Amino acid sequence: MSQTLLRTPLHDRHVALGARMVPFAGWEMPVQYEGVIQEHRAVRGDAGVFDVSHMGEIDVEGPRAHELLQALLSNDLDRIDPGHAQYTLLTNETGGIVDDLIAYRLDRCHYLLVVNAANRDGDFRWIKEREIRGSEVRDASDEYALLAVQGPHAIAKLGLEPAPAFTFAEGTVAGVDCMVNRTGYTGEDGCELLCMAEDAGALWDAVLERGVTPCGLGARDTLRLEACYPLHGNDISPETDPISAGLGWTCALGKSFAGVETIRRIKEEGPERKLVAFVMEEKAVPRQGMAIEGGGVVTSGSHSPMLDVGIGLGYVPASLAAVGTGLTIDVRGKPRSARIVKKPIYKREE
Amino acid sequence: VNLAAAESYPDDLKYHPEHDWARVDGDEAVLGITWFAQDSLGELVHFEPPSEGSTVAKDASYGEVESVKAVSDVIAPLSGEVLEVNAAVVDAPETVNDDPYGAGWLIRVRLSDASEVESLLDAEAYREVLAEQ
Repeated sequence: MSQTLLRTPLHDRHVALGARMVPFAGWEMPVQYEGVIQEHRAVRGDAGVFDVSHMGEIDVEGPRAHELLQALLSNDLDRIDPGHAQYTLLTNETGGIVDDLIAYRLDRCHYLLVVNAANRDGDFRWIKEREIRGSEVRDASDEYALLAVQGPHAIAKLGLEPAPAFTFAEGTVAGVDCMVNRTGYTGEDGCELLCMAEDAGALWDAVLERGVTPCGLGARDTLRLEACYPLHGNDISPETDPISAGLGWTCALGKSFAGVETIRRIKEEGPERKLVAFVMEEKAVPRQGMAIEGGGVVTSGSHSPMLDVGIGLGYVPASLAAVGTGLTIDVRGKPRSARIVKKPIYKREE
Repeated sequence: VNLAAAESYPDDLKYHPEHDWARVDGDEAVLGITWFAQDSLGELVHFEPPSEGSTVAKDASYGEVESVKAVSDVIAPLSGEVLEVNAAVVDAPETVNDDPYGAGWLIRVRLSDASEVESLLDAEAYREVLAEQ
């Protein structure tokens, strides 16, 4: 059975730039233009732009929108005012992670949730099924395009003023109205520009004209891995809990939300395993699914373009999870040494 | 900035349809991967070589090359004993992207059956394999 891949409004531009297009979460997306390592370094040293229009946008509005989301999301929305955003988790009744997302508080009674592409339909159904009178849940994904402009020079190249992380405001870039969000997935300064789908081409062209490097999903993955941002479906899932994943800081355990009792119990008793970051100590590239001696597993692995070594994230028994612990990873039948490091694996110099 | 090599398939090489080449010299051969193979993978970040002194068998994997995104077996176009591994590629795998038929060679072998060479493709026949991909 063949399935037609979805395309973002920028598809033809990616093809014209010579991008290598691959299927990702039901979408046909650019994995690289010139090369993953080159694009990765452009973001670390200058500025890069990613088409992330495949991500979903769920609009939740109404006098009881806040109440609905407080019951479904792990973080405490009382901590943010309109104009602020929050990294948070959609959890299930057993404390598993349905998705990780950013909630943008547009107004007292109006939120926009930006969710992973692969989970867009599932998240929407999950929240819609739990809708209460006085809240309206709508999948607005098709109305928007999203461009992540990331890197130390991103804000200056766009002609924007600096602003604190996890804030947002209505703005204009090259005459295109957009929501300028001070968020990202690379560990660098920058923003994510949410615009109407029909304006995406003009915005993309304007960003490239300012000397920003087009970057594909390949570099997005190596950047987030160096920054130790979990990828849903790899490092976190409905079968993993926030405490084991090191995301306890996103859980307001004083409030009531789906699965909170389980998450409280895991926190009290201590998790059986923990998600750790590691760096290879010999030449080898760890990959998702490889076994870690002693009962662990690699959940994300690649080559770090900045450190020029293999790096990864994986779950290990809590007794093996201390920073500095040596690990042995089964790399296609060969035992390879790695060492647990403090997160993030790579951090830009201040 | 890495200036990637331009697409080419030199006439003096023999090719295996799994995108490997051999430069045969008497009872020895130098082996590597083709421009097409390195371009499909992207910038190489790791070469897992065989040990020197081990044997490689025609049509079987003798090592692995990895890019950021993918791992690929390297298929031996010919059988023989590994005389030398290109240490420069182990240290700097991107050498294969820069110069797949020169500095980016992978191993040198002593052939165990020189008649195997006859089964390999010339550059023109290999280009036809690529055209069908």
